[in-house]
Amino acid sequence: MVGTVQLDRPPPRKRRPRRELLPYFLLLPAVVLELLIHVVPMLVGVGISFLRLTQFYLRNWSSAPAAGFDNYRLALDFNQAAGEALLHSFLVTLGFTVLVLGFSWMFGLAAAVFTQRSFRGRGLIRTVFLIPYALPVFASVIMWSFMFQRDTGIVNHVLIDQLHLADQRPFWLIGQNSFYSLVIVEVWRSWPFAFLMLTAGMQSIPQDLYEAAAMDGAGVFAQIRWVTMPMLKSVNRVLLIVLFLWTFLEFTVPYVLFGKSAPEQADLISMHIYQNSFVTWNFGTGSAMSVLLLIFLLVVTVGYLAVSSRGSDNA
Amino acid sequence: MREPTWFSWTRRIGLTVLAVFAGLPIWVMVTSALKPLGDVQGDFRWFPTQLTVQPFFDMWHTIPLAEYFVNSIVVSTVASLASVGVALLAAYAVSRYRFHGRQTFSIVVLSTQMFPGILFLLPLFVIFVNLSQATGINLYQSRLGLIITYMTFTLPFAIWMLAGYLDSVPRELDEAAKVDGAGPLGAFVRVVIPVAMPGIVAVTIYAFMTSWGEVLFASVLTNESTRTLAVGLQGYATQNNVYWNQIMAASLTVSVPVVIGFLLLQRYLVAGLTAGSVK
Amino acid sequence: MHRFSLGPRKLLGLFMTAAVIAAACGGAATTTAPVVSAPVVSAPAVSAPAASAAPTAAGAETTLTYWASNQGTSLENDKQVLTPELDKFTQQTGIKVNLEVVPWSDLLNRILAATTSGQGPDVLNIGNTWSASLQATGAFTQFDDATMNQIGGKDRFLAGSLSATGAAGKPPTAVPLYSLAYGLYYNKAQFAAAGITQPPTTWGEFVADAKKLTTPQHWGLSLECGSISENVHSAFTLSQQQGGAFFDDSGKPTFNTPQNIAAIKQYIDFMQSDKIVNPSNAEYSNGTEALSDFAKGKSSMMIWQAASGSLAQLGMNAADIGVAALPLPDQMPAGGKKVTSMVAGINLAVFNSSKNKDAALQFVKFMTSTPEQEILNKTYGSLPSVSEAYSDPAFQTPAVQLFKNILATSAAPLPAVAQESQFETLIGTAMKNMFADAASGKAVGDSEISSQLAAAQQQLAP
Repeated sequence: MVGTVQLDRPPPRKRRPRRELLPYFLLLPAVVLELLIHVVPMLVGVGISFLRLTQFYLRNWSSAPAAGFDNYRLALDFNQAAGEALLHSFLVTLGFTVLVLGFSWMFGLAAAVFTQRSFRGRGLIRTVFLIPYALPVFASVIMWSFMFQRDTGIVNHVLIDQLHLADQRPFWLIGQNSFYSLVIVEVWRSWPFAFLMLTAGMQSIPQDLYEAAAMDGAGVFAQIRWVTMPMLKSVNRVLLIVLFLWTFLEFTVPYVLFGKSAPEQADLISMHIYQNSFVTWNFGTGSAMSVLLLIFLLVVTVGYLAVSSRGSDNA
Repeated sequence: MREPTWFSWTRRIGLTVLAVFAGLPIWVMVTSALKPLGDVQGDFRWFPTQLTVQPFFDMWHTIPLAEYFVNSIVVSTVASLASVGVALLAAYAVSRYRFHGRQTFSIVVLSTQMFPGILFLLPLFVIFVNLSQATGINLYQSRLGLIITYMTFTLPFAIWMLAGYLDSVPRELDEAAKVDGAGPLGAFVRVVIPVAMPGIVAVTIYAFMTSWGEVLFASVLTNESTRTLAVGLQGYATQNNVYWNQIMAASLTVSVPVVIGFLLLQRYLVAGLTAGSVK
Repeated sequence: MHRFSLGPRKLLGLFMTAAVIAAACGGAATTTAPVVSAPVVSAPAVSAPAASAAPTAAGAETTLTYWASNQGTSLENDKQVLTPELDKFTQQTGIKVNLEVVPWSDLLNRILAATTSGQGPDVLNIGNTWSASLQATGAFTQFDDATMNQIGGKDRFLAGSLSATGAAGKPPTAVPLYSLAYGLYYNKAQFAAAGITQPPTTWGEFVADAKKLTTPQHWGLSLECGSISENVHSAFTLSQQQGGAFFDDSGKPTFNTPQNIAAIKQYIDFMQSDKIVNPSNAEYSNGTEALSDFAKGKSSMMIWQAASGSLAQLGMNAADIGVAALPLPDQMPAGGKKVTSMVAGINLAVFNSSKNKDAALQFVKFMTSTPEQEILNKTYGSLPSVSEAYSDPAFQTPAVQLFKNILATSAAPLPAVAQESQFETLIGTAMKNMFADAASGKAVGDSEISSQLAAAQQQLAP
């Protein structure tokens, strides 16, 4: 504020009520769309979880017999095969998500930092990084499945035939390695997205902050730690949580990579729910498992947001 | 200040490694697109011996690729622009105002990302059918229904991300614009948006790519004439055979415009729009 | 650096334009004109969401909506094959048919959506293994005797194909359209080179032949071990030969029985103890890899449905393609049935909510009429589902006669229970995991198979 004397003027009363309504008007289109397309179907989905909705009642959902909490009991009974498999799938997915999130974010940040300063061909490099994001999932994941083939794939060709790193030709699409193949493919697909968001976020960091830090003697890592990361805080906060959610719910990649049925070591939860309920026309059970998943993710998200907001006044 | 040498080298090596990681499968796709069908699943060679461009011709006939391509472009473009438009308004409200229900709105919107898509599918279809019968606008076999669906799907992330980008635009800019006499929306549009442009571009790309690649809802909400690429590409897997080479050829071809779009758009991912503006 | 001077008005304008474009795009729900010159097929009316036209008196303008599945070499190919036939139908009856060819990846989802919402086609193709499950929804017209007589009577159909049209004891929920069966494909040239003159007829001969053909670079048999459907189809056939069953007569599951264990063990042993299957086959899951290996000569035998078209496209020499029925046990076990294939095929169903039932049934009658059966099955390389059609010389070739015999005498339908798809998923996945164990060297014996079957049965929801 310029150092002029502020006259004591009463606040313009007429404008205040209108200004307070403005945010609601701004939100209106989003709220209407979300309610109609997202929230109402979700609530219906939650409702289905309390019904025994199988193919018999598909035509008329309201005639499906009420199942109370039976669907939930079936899902949570860890002593039975179904519950045990669900728990196992949940743990696999958790491990998968943490790994993918970690690597995608690291690669994205590294690439964003490396391409921060303009150099010849920067546009080209940035575009190359984004090509995996542009390719249709179906085709690129099928390509990876060919690459991972034990006898004819490029991965084993390089590792075994050319580099002689092992004697036995390993399997990549079944067995324990299938988990790592899944992680690799998922990271390949999602790190460009992290790169894109972080690059955009880094553009709003003023250059003078870096210069000031450099003059104070900060090296590269210190600059990243004390200038880049704090400025990226709001972007990171959102990026990490949505990447977590999307990776946790990943369906298409394992579906295409493993040909519609995943090995147990790579049984991600979305696919598990799909195979064990929707494919078998058991929508009630599927909905119950999805609601349990929703509750878990909600708890994680709210917890994360609460923790990451402490200390930031932007919350 | 010039960057230290060790960092230069780390940078070059890091970029090369990442470029190889990103590019290797693309190279394999390119060679597969140029092979006769029997060789695609054959032994791997870095440079295959038998090459043919036939797949690039056949692919237009096995499925109506051109039609699917147009559908995808229309649906994705409109859905992404509409989504970013709506999201910007909402993000501005969330970022700049403290109003009742702000937290609830944010969490509810984010919670839509926690539900597997398959669960929405049937209820949404029923809603669309009922709406179509009530209003007479065909929603469940048309591009419009798909556009509305995609627009809504990308809203949560778009709102959250844009709010995040807007949060990192200092309030002083809004104040400065208001001092100059602009109203709140004027300040938003004239000053804040240009500064947040990299974020806006990034989110638009996200919205476009999400619509471009969505399969599940497109498979149910479209018929032959409105089908999009993501679904249509699976048409190369026929009853008798799967035309792997044509799949690769088609995927590469339809990605070319998208990649060119990236190339053109990435010049908006530049710094300096804030530099020196807070004086 | 650009200064974006978008005033609020311009922004609003941009948004409105997008909305208008969106609305305009919504109106473009027209169907493409048929390739062949034909009477104009009316597009589904944009304003009226009902997929089928309003009910009309016989002889007036009726339009049927028909969802055909992909049977040909491509969706376009299917359209080209079907359109002339549909035109014939229109000429004969005056009923127009609005054709849509739906890819297999979408078909079940769209049927689900149609069943749920009541908005669907009049007539559609379904996979025959879906029949019992779809029957349970109640959304499809039952072909009781009266309805059957309307389309020409039950007896015209092959008994084998008719058995895969609905739950046991209930009327068919669809009629067989195209029929398929599994055969043992073998490479004649490689057999001759190894001195084997006849394809094997018993499993003993089969393993011996395959062992003879297996060398360090070559395998006697290729299997799609990662594919759920291939696994479960084979398990079913072998279990029938052992006298086993996965469901008893009342529809209760009976997975964990000695006969089923023996059947699955036999199949897994091909890889683990007979060593005639490449362990890498445990990864084969996209439905084409085993076929591709056979086509390229990497293996000498494979168990597949009608494959000569695909093999030709992959470059295999037609003279080398030989096909025989699947072998039988050297000594039939007690209760064992001489089954060499499950009944595969496509059925034609009518939606109950269709407003043009009579027209729809006329269409069904047309598609199952002898001339149409001959034409369509000839083009698609499948087998007619009506016995009269076999008199056509095209179906007199040795290969077709072989499959016809299999369908008529040694094919059995998969369990026609509402939980059929659950059964397929559970057993097929269990076998995929067992193959993965076998491929990595872990022994898969009777006890392992038994516990997997027991776990699978536990997961079967009532």
